[in-house]
Amino acid sequence: MPIAVETTTPRSAEAGHWGAEIRSDVHVAFEARDSGGVEISLQSRVAPYYGSAILEQTREVLGELGVKHARVAIHDEGALPFVIAARIEAAAERAGITFGKRSLPAQHPLPPPSPKDRLRRSRLYLPGSEPKYYINASLHGPDAVILDLEDSVHRSEKDAARILVRNTLRAVDFGSCERMVRINQLPLGLEDLAEVVGESPDLILIPKVEQPEQVREVDRMTAEIKERHGITRPIWIMPILESALGIENAFAVATASENVAALTIGLEDYTADLGVVKTTEGHESQYARSRVLNAAHASGVQAIDSVFSDVADMDGLRRWGEASRAAGFEGMGCLHPGQIRVIHQAFEPTALEIEKARNVVAAFEEAQSKGLAVVSLGSKMIDPPVVERALKLVERAKAMGAIS
Amino acid sequence: MKVSANAQERVELAHNAAGRAVPTMVNGKPQIPFLGAGKYQPRGRKAAPVICSNKDYPDSGDKRVADLETALRKCGLRDGMVISNHHHLRDGDKVALMALEAAARIGVKDLMWFPSASFPSQQNAITLMEKGVIHHIEGSMNGPLGDYCTQGNMRGMGVLRSHGGRYQAIQDGEVHIDIAVIAAPTADFFGNADGSHGKSACGSLGFALADSTYADRVIVVTDNLVPFPCVPWQIQGNNVDFVVEVESIGDPAKIVSGTTQITRSPDRLRIAELVAQFLRATGIMKNGFSFQAGAGGIALAFVEYLKQMMKQDGIKARFVRGGSTKYLVELLHEGLTDYILDGQTFDLDGVRSIATDPRHVATSPFTSYNYHGKGNFASLVDAVVLGATEVDVNFNANVVTHSDGRLLHGIGGWQNCLFAGCIILALPSFRDRIPVIVDEVTTMTGPGEMIDVVVTERGIAINPRRTDLLDAVTARGSKLPIRPIQDIKADVEKICGKPARPKLGDRPCAVVKWVDGTLLDTVWQVS
Repeated sequence: MPIAVETTTPRSAEAGHWGAEIRSDVHVAFEARDSGGVEISLQSRVAPYYGSAILEQTREVLGELGVKHARVAIHDEGALPFVIAARIEAAAERAGITFGKRSLPAQHPLPPPSPKDRLRRSRLYLPGSEPKYYINASLHGPDAVILDLEDSVHRSEKDAARILVRNTLRAVDFGSCERMVRINQLPLGLEDLAEVVGESPDLILIPKVEQPEQVREVDRMTAEIKERHGITRPIWIMPILESALGIENAFAVATASENVAALTIGLEDYTADLGVVKTTEGHESQYARSRVLNAAHASGVQAIDSVFSDVADMDGLRRWGEASRAAGFEGMGCLHPGQIRVIHQAFEPTALEIEKARNVVAAFEEAQSKGLAVVSLGSKMIDPPVVERALKLVERAKAMGAIS
Repeated sequence: MKVSANAQERVELAHNAAGRAVPTMVNGKPQIPFLGAGKYQPRGRKAAPVICSNKDYPDSGDKRVADLETALRKCGLRDGMVISNHHHLRDGDKVALMALEAAARIGVKDLMWFPSASFPSQQNAITLMEKGVIHHIEGSMNGPLGDYCTQGNMRGMGVLRSHGGRYQAIQDGEVHIDIAVIAAPTADFFGNADGSHGKSACGSLGFALADSTYADRVIVVTDNLVPFPCVPWQIQGNNVDFVVEVESIGDPAKIVSGTTQITRSPDRLRIAELVAQFLRATGIMKNGFSFQAGAGGIALAFVEYLKQMMKQDGIKARFVRGGSTKYLVELLHEGLTDYILDGQTFDLDGVRSIATDPRHVATSPFTSYNYHGKGNFASLVDAVVLGATEVDVNFNANVVTHSDGRLLHGIGGWQNCLFAGCIILALPSFRDRIPVIVDEVTTMTGPGEMIDVVVTERGIAINPRRTDLLDAVTARGSKLPIRPIQDIKADVEKICGKPARPKLGDRPCAVVKWVDGTLLDTVWQVS
């Protein structure tokens, strides 16, 4: 797979990908010049259908970027318009001729703002430089999608991925999925924020958080950009704790900002930090997971589990998910759409649990209507925390569609 | 209406019942335009091969000759004859080219090659067309041969028929095979032949049945000669003139795949699952039901999903129709179907099963698809899952050309399957930015009145004619994403943009036959 990297020759650069294995992406090679206007050459596997549309779009994007003279060679593998625009912009920016100008694709209407405690059973990772996965991601029904700028994006691709993710947030319909972005570790992550926050992601994941100050820094910058763009809807934060130090600071991190909605853990990096082997059973990370759980619950945010990396092992995933829910986590990451359903099933309360909770809720409502302070079910007295847990469980089960 | 294609040619066109312009003459033979499904009533008597007599064949039963060239000479090969082959060896076949190249060495010209399908590995046929040995091909043309045809390089017009349509054309005399050359994975010197044993085993030999019974002369070519009798025999030696033994009839690796692969694309898996859920939701999946699915990635995944649902619901099928693969064989072994009725065998598990399990039965286009039979199996199947390159808002579908007009696929059994109870096209809603649901198909291969359901990753469209299916789904309160086909189309065009329509030429280079031999559509030269 040919990977475009930043070239050293000034005013000439490339971005994107092409080749027999590449789908839904485009490669743009750019050569700025001082005169002669814009000259575009196009090779595309969809040329008979979209050749002239691509040429027209290219001129439009160049116009918005203020590029008047350039040779542009486009090698298209069936990329959608928001991808084409992102790749042209990335190549032009790498050539150093855009002077901060941007070319934004048409805005898809934003989904309703995300409630802080919304259902977050599954979040599907979408690599920030693999546009082919974006369009249909929501059809697989995850609670959230994560456009990832961190580990799934090569160092040399960070700038282009940022632009692509920005365009994706703007143009792609993710249905009822929460739209999350995983930025890079700070300080690089701040550059990611500058590009994506204007497109109102619902939640920012910050990797490798060790100190509450890192959360506050992201929070401050997000607030600034929001204000500049006039964005009033919330943008939540989910810190990822991935080191021994991060785990030790879990509570401080979770309480660093009102905007922290959930706390999660990254087990690959954590076990690497400890210098131990990550196992399917996960005994080596038991303390860390417990610490995250406790800190999250203590600070009133959701505890979200790591990913299960063997995408072929559905039984293992189910066991992990069930144990994870039993421990108090509310969801986990998905590396493949095939994991979503299993995770949702694992995080769904059992029929017996639902029935018990409904009985408790019914008893509670009856007591309320009679003006009784004490709730009883049969011969048993029900403590207020039990009532609270039952109410929450019934409400969650409704949100999951397990009951109507 | 007359269209001037170039200075030399004038092709007269007529509009058929599907509104498509089709030539009135093809390769010198007058044609009947498509009249509507079930509207054409052929009359007369079926065709027959020449009378032959025992006295002309050796009493010893030994019909072997030294090589294929000798056999062709003894068959009286001459200019303009029709030579046929079957395609059970798929892309691994060596026999068809062996026969055509032997004919070239003999020095004949202007043959009509009549394979049941052609494959990319047979692209040397292009050289033989350039040299004048082959005049034109009537049979599916894929890859390089398809391009050669749609670029307008073939001297005659290509004729695309379904598997059943090929049997029909042979039976009603529209095509008369002079010499059939039949590749046989196992055979005896008398000409009895079997496909399920031998190093080049391919399973069923059903596509060669018509050739063996209707051709004037029949040559069996084998790389596994066994002493008489070859048991079981799928081809009867009593129809065979000569037997030729060769080193190898094909490349086993390309004849069957070691393992057929289920798609791993999440989107395609979703389509497959929706199809299975649809069969469950409509109640089509019930005890004693039957279905047919191909060997494509989506179809295989569909079988896997359906299998899980059948187990969950305690449902058993009476029969399933192959193209068989290990996934159908597993259904048989797990007691989820009583029989596999197999038209062609795609993988090693399929070949092993058909060779050893009496419940895995070889069928032919005669039993399954033929238009001139007294019924056929296709209409007895409850549901089929098919692919297509395009489908339009009226549910008309295209399987032969790409949207740019290039010939890409044969019809295979696709048209014949449209006679089943519920016809489901399982398709991604777009491929490489190109929407699959269009205003009007580039080439009509199946009329929309016969296509019931289109399942895409963005939803399921039910043909408004099938109110019964819609009622069945809603009556059971299913949560399936049932949507009007126009809505899915609009979604996709919003994502991809509306594609430009590639301009096609005005010179016919191939025709698509309907199952009854009438002309359904024309494939135009790509400009």
